[in-house]
Amino acid sequence: MSTIDRATDAGAVKNRETAPERVESKGSLTAFVIAAALSLVGLADALYLTVQHVAGRSVRCTVITGCDEVLASPYAVLPGGVPLAALGALAYFAVFSLATLAAFGYGWARAPLAVLVALMLATTLGLLYLQAFILEKFCEFCLLSAAVTLSLAVVLIAKRRLRGDDGGAHG
Amino acid sequence: MNPKKPQSFKRYLPIVIIIAVFAVAIIAFLIMMRSFSDDARKARLDQPLTSSAARPDSRPRTPQPGAQPPHERGDASAAATIEEFGDFQCPPCGSFHPELKKIEADYGSRLRVVFRHLPLPQIHKNAVAAAQAAEAAGRQGRFWQMHDMLYENQSAWEKATDASSMFTSYARSLNLDMQRFAGDLNSTDVNNRIRADMMRADSLGVTGTPTLFLNGREMTLPSSNAIQYLRGQIDAALAEKKQ
Repeated sequence: MSTIDRATDAGAVKNRETAPERVESKGSLTAFVIAAALSLVGLADALYLTVQHVAGRSVRCTVITGCDEVLASPYAVLPGGVPLAALGALAYFAVFSLATLAAFGYGWARAPLAVLVALMLATTLGLLYLQAFILEKFCEFCLLSAAVTLSLAVVLIAKRRLRGDDGGAHG
Repeated sequence: MNPKKPQSFKRYLPIVIIIAVFAVAIIAFLIMMRSFSDDARKARLDQPLTSSAARPDSRPRTPQPGAQPPHERGDASAAATIEEFGDFQCPPCGSFHPELKKIEADYGSRLRVVFRHLPLPQIHKNAVAAAQAAEAAGRQGRFWQMHDMLYENQSAWEKATDASSMFTSYARSLNLDMQRFAGDLNSTDVNNRIRADMMRADSLGVTGTPTLFLNGREMTLPSSNAIQYLRGQIDAALAEKKQ
């Protein structure tokens, strides 16, 4: 190892607390960028649904017919009257933040991102079940959110599978 | 020291991006909230009820009286009056209907219920025809019977391409004079009544359905336990009148 290399390593150790921990491989970077982009779509969708919910019963019948029954159902509200869509918006924003940080090399963001997307996937599957079997009505904007979450999960799982190759290339 | 600059810039860039997205999301949320009620109002007023009906050009500043006399159920001297702005094709209105009937039965003569038309034809293609059917039945003294039938059978006709023929069969089952019913359906009087109710809704700033007024005060029902809340409000209004 040359002197220059050693100096760089020392600098890396010194900055470890605050600096990005690693330079992302091309595959990982692409995955995180796609995840961030997808989460923006989810965020916009969830915000739209939140607006509908917060604006109250008045927009239930004035905006989109497909979502009337779904958004008017008790399942659309969390205990305390918080619309589920607001939680969705928060989750998508968190995904965007973590994916962006991960894309810029903040390695610690990867684990919470994976856990969050796994939780969102479980919630999405539960909501799809509710729409299909309990309410027997589908809300197109809720389905868009489901598609985004499923895509997020697919992207992150695909990235994990490819990680072995990445590691080989860079290790 | 020069190489440090881009590195620290790169370090903070994601934070800047995240904050920017957060700010954009908040702004978008506020803009959507503001434009929603305006859009709903415009969408409703841009849709002519019928070609012969007069369209209000702008929102009147003073509350409009609505169709006179209004369709009302219950004791005229009741201490509590609920005025409902409803669209027969609106699913929440349909699911609210049996709840309101239960409330009416429980409160008896202490409660009066007034129904106002607020059809939303841009998203509910059969809403105007349903309102016309109710009004036409009303001209033969059967408004509330038709009102109940329309709500109770909402799922049967809401998506129907020939909803009018279904309304005709409802009218027949109510033993209406069918020739008169057919003549009244699209009459000026019927349309003017619906239009008057819509203008009242607009003058009160009502943007959707169902919207309820209790003794002239608009009620904002919570998303959960709405019926319990409504009963509480009626009790409070009754107690207020007693004092």
